[in-house]
Amino acid sequence: MMKSTGQSLLHSGAAILRNGTGWLLPALIVLAWEIAARTGLISPNVMAAPSAVAEAFWRLLLSGELVRNIGVSTARALSGFVIGGSIGLVFGLANGLSGLSRNLTDTTLQMVRNIPHLALIPLVILWFGIDEEAKLFLVALGVFFPIYVNTLLGIQSVDPQLVEMGRVYGMSRATLFFRVILPGALPAIFVGLRYALGIMWLTLIVAETIAASSGLGYMAMQAREFLLIDVVVLSILIYALLGKLADSFARLLERLTLQWHPAFQTA
Amino acid sequence: MSVIALDQKAKDARPARETAEARALRETTPTHWFPYAAPHARGRDVRENAFSFRGISRKFGDKTVLDNIDLDVPAGQFIAVIGKSGCGKSTLLRLLTGLDRPTSGTLTVNKGAEGQNRTRIMFQEPRLLPWARIAKNVEVGLTGIAKGPQAHEQSLAILREVGLADRAKEWPSVLSGGQRQRVALARALVAHPYILALDEPLGALDALTRIEMQQLLERIWLQQAFTAVLVTHDVSEAVALADRVIVIDHGRIALDIDIPLERPRRHGSPELARLEGQILDTLFGSAA
Repeated sequence: MMKSTGQSLLHSGAAILRNGTGWLLPALIVLAWEIAARTGLISPNVMAAPSAVAEAFWRLLLSGELVRNIGVSTARALSGFVIGGSIGLVFGLANGLSGLSRNLTDTTLQMVRNIPHLALIPLVILWFGIDEEAKLFLVALGVFFPIYVNTLLGIQSVDPQLVEMGRVYGMSRATLFFRVILPGALPAIFVGLRYALGIMWLTLIVAETIAASSGLGYMAMQAREFLLIDVVVLSILIYALLGKLADSFARLLERLTLQWHPAFQTA
Repeated sequence: MSVIALDQKAKDARPARETAEARALRETTPTHWFPYAAPHARGRDVRENAFSFRGISRKFGDKTVLDNIDLDVPAGQFIAVIGKSGCGKSTLLRLLTGLDRPTSGTLTVNKGAEGQNRTRIMFQEPRLLPWARIAKNVEVGLTGIAKGPQAHEQSLAILREVGLADRAKEWPSVLSGGQRQRVALARALVAHPYILALDEPLGALDALTRIEMQQLLERIWLQQAFTAVLVTHDVSEAVALADRVIVIDHGRIALDIDIPLERPRRHGSPELARLEGQILDTLFGSAA
């Protein structure tokens, strides 16, 4: 009894260690950074010490500025993502399922895809000014393509033998789609989703630093004006955390819906 | 006459268990059956045809894959179709299951009891949905026939039959090749098909699993009394399982013989070897 308890403790300890190893290196880097800043190895107007960043975090948190800006940025990111992602998904599904639709739209979409969407910023500012629409448009455009391309790829790579099997067993078109085609395309759609989440943050950062009157990017640009290097570093860190959060969320979704996939089976 | 949907207790009433009388009847040509009466009326009474090919041809471009095939298969018969690869035997199955259409000729597939005109095919690959658990995969066989708890009940029953009831909740990826093929068999059988077409279903299995699967297939065929059409390139498998073997060569039926041996048949018995030799001679010429 004692032994088994000890063993299970050992196991959970090992599990924590295993999950924690990924954080070991960042922790060491932060430590070295702090030491370097304290000893004057890094000048304060090049890089703020971690403690200074933490202080800035606390200050902005208390003033409510941080929460408001994170809120604004997240709302922008997500609404752009929803708009661009759903259009991408619809086009991906339509072009994957219908040759007519693919012939009609795919060439055009592939041409547009080759324009870096950030190159449109000057045009977008002329169209929308620096209002919300500009950011929504850019994020939606950026998110659209990874979702579109991967959804299309996913549907085209569904095993035709399974589709034939579904037909032989008399599945209707709807049943065939929901039971065979969509689940088969899902792994690829998730790859697109994770790419899209990365592009979503990237686009938003760029758009907010160039043309905005609120949000995290705006906060960083304002801080630059007043040489508040701790706030600049803080904004960058928060972007990193938000990106990581979005990715973890996508992974969680993946794990829940792709339980059947050998790559996600624990037992 | 009910050919499908018989419960397992009434085994003796099955046409699949061919009685000596029925066999004698089948082995004489129809015109000699009842010279004084309309021959087909009584003939249908004993054993109607599950399906018949009349002058069926299938061409792909210039290439003739099936050339004027005539074939009648009585309900409940286990027929094996042998041929070298590319001889058109898979095309024959695809025509039978409606996956393909003949270029010319007529194909009649009769209805089973209560209009249950179900032809099922079992492929060489299991073709299970990787994202559906085993029981759900079997329920695919009941698409449009049964739903919900009833479908689940039936799928568990047939899984018990193939010896996989305890794996009902698992994903296909954790099963072995033989087990997956058993699930595919369960899926094909769950709706009690009238005709079961088997397209080299054991081709990818190892020798021992093959023999196990052959025995399973024979047992379930004896119980359920469907018409089985087994396409294979394994001559010993064909003579071990089938009532009748046809050999297809260059798109034509080169040989059509009955295997009048008692079941269960022993692998490697002299009678089987003799029939096997006869079939191989047809395939490769007697000089070989």
